[in-house]
Amino acid sequence: MEKIGIQLTGIIITTILAFTVGMFYGGLRRKIIARAQNRIGPPVWQNFLDLLKLQGKTTNITHGVMTHLAPVWVVVAAVTALLFIPVLHAGLWFDNFNFKGDLIFLLYIMVFGSLGMALGAGETGNPNSAIGVSRGLSLLVGYEIPFVLSLVAVMLQFHTTSLTDLMHYQQETGRWILLENPFAFLAALFSALGMFHYSPFDIIGAPAELASGPMSEFGGKYLGTLMTGGSIFAFVKLVLLTDIFLGGAGHPGTLTGIWAVLAGLGELIVKTFLLYMIPVSIGIVMPRFRTEQAVRFFWKWPLAFGILAIIWALYKRKYFS
Amino acid sequence: MSDTKDIRIITRPTKEQIEQAKIDFAPRCTSAGRVNDKETQKTVEFILNFARKHSLFLLAYGTGCGAIEIPATLTSRYDAERLGIRGAATPRQADVLMITGYLSVKTLKRVIRVYEQMQDPKYVVAFGSCTINGGMYFDSYNTIKALDRYIPVDVYIAGCMPRPEAVLKGFAKLQEMIQNGNAGNGECYRKNLDWYRANQRKVIKNWDFPDEYNW
Repeated sequence: MEKIGIQLTGIIITTILAFTVGMFYGGLRRKIIARAQNRIGPPVWQNFLDLLKLQGKTTNITHGVMTHLAPVWVVVAAVTALLFIPVLHAGLWFDNFNFKGDLIFLLYIMVFGSLGMALGAGETGNPNSAIGVSRGLSLLVGYEIPFVLSLVAVMLQFHTTSLTDLMHYQQETGRWILLENPFAFLAALFSALGMFHYSPFDIIGAPAELASGPMSEFGGKYLGTLMTGGSIFAFVKLVLLTDIFLGGAGHPGTLTGIWAVLAGLGELIVKTFLLYMIPVSIGIVMPRFRTEQAVRFFWKWPLAFGILAIIWALYKRKYFS
Repeated sequence: MSDTKDIRIITRPTKEQIEQAKIDFAPRCTSAGRVNDKETQKTVEFILNFARKHSLFLLAYGTGCGAIEIPATLTSRYDAERLGIRGAATPRQADVLMITGYLSVKTLKRVIRVYEQMQDPKYVVAFGSCTINGGMYFDSYNTIKALDRYIPVDVYIAGCMPRPEAVLKGFAKLQEMIQNGNAGNGECYRKNLDWYRANQRKVIKNWDFPDEYNW
């Protein structure tokens, strides 16, 4: 009973952390884009105001049950994925629910939100939504293959499907998987560009082309809920990449107790922010791809890196219990 | 003019009283009905109004020449995003409907549909003198002259055409009205739908709106 209480508290605190960090990253992105365009830009907390306003809308239109469910589905998928990712190293943060083999589970659960959104967007009957969904699924086919190849390479090399084991290995040896298998990191990074849906891969919700695609019929509270889910999911993706390739966060050193946790969170923020800057800064300077260009891109370099990563992993594989 | 309701008495400066046909003003709703009387609700409304005021998703309905001022307002030089104003892609996501310029009868139909698709609280900013009194199209046979006879308008920005500074001033006025709880006429539109529909039917000849649809 006590364990359940601790786990529930852990879930709530982890979700709040992910939400806050994700929303602030979204605001920072808007600010950075504005500075790059020689503008002052909105304040960093602008996304919170947007969310508050969207939740404060007094009327909302619905097109059926799936329209109601889709934003909730997106949030649920994001939170579920979050619960299987260790935020900090073991012992510093709540263990959440990670288990042996959670990497394979994560591969599945990470597309769950997109699929729910596709069903919801399909029910609205808006032609823009239908085009957006078809583009989204094409893009998914594009970036999932290098992503899966990269994760499979890591699993092969270290003979484990557990995130905790990977983090433990990196903490013990002090060698990041970024250096142990650089091609896997490159392939995962390229897929992350597609996963974030930022320019040049913003073909799904292209505002000028598709009127924001699948979201075009979602206004008010639905849009607010989608925004929440998106923020949490951005944090999930960043923490996943940090955990696998950048050694995770939270090396206590001489620190103990709350200070160790705070230092770990600081390390996590620095690492995830640096990772987040890669898609953001590419997005600032790149125009939008067409769908077939995007898919062709993912099937060219990232796929090649993914195959190289597997070959590298077969040569460098390590066995440990 | 037999009905006394349609007659109003006007006193001239010479103290002479004359009868004149009543002007059919657009209906006005007071802000009294909008804010709940409970103290807790007032606090919630204050916080929400603060958020609404600093987060305006703008749907610019570029009908006329005024549309050229909107990119200037939103991009680097005048940077409306620092005030929380950003473009919205669809009416469902938008808060502010901005009518930039004259409206022909054909586009009026689309504007009404767009306005009805927006979610409350929704605001309308009419831009340029064309929306106020017809502007340079005052004697045109197929443009409407006063926008507020067809959809409720919160803020007018006068000028032919107003510069981005004037647009930002208009937004500042809108923000002030939102904070005071005076903006947003969606409720009023629904309440006085008959009046608006009558006016819309007068100009729109091929009326094919659905009789009943949810907003």
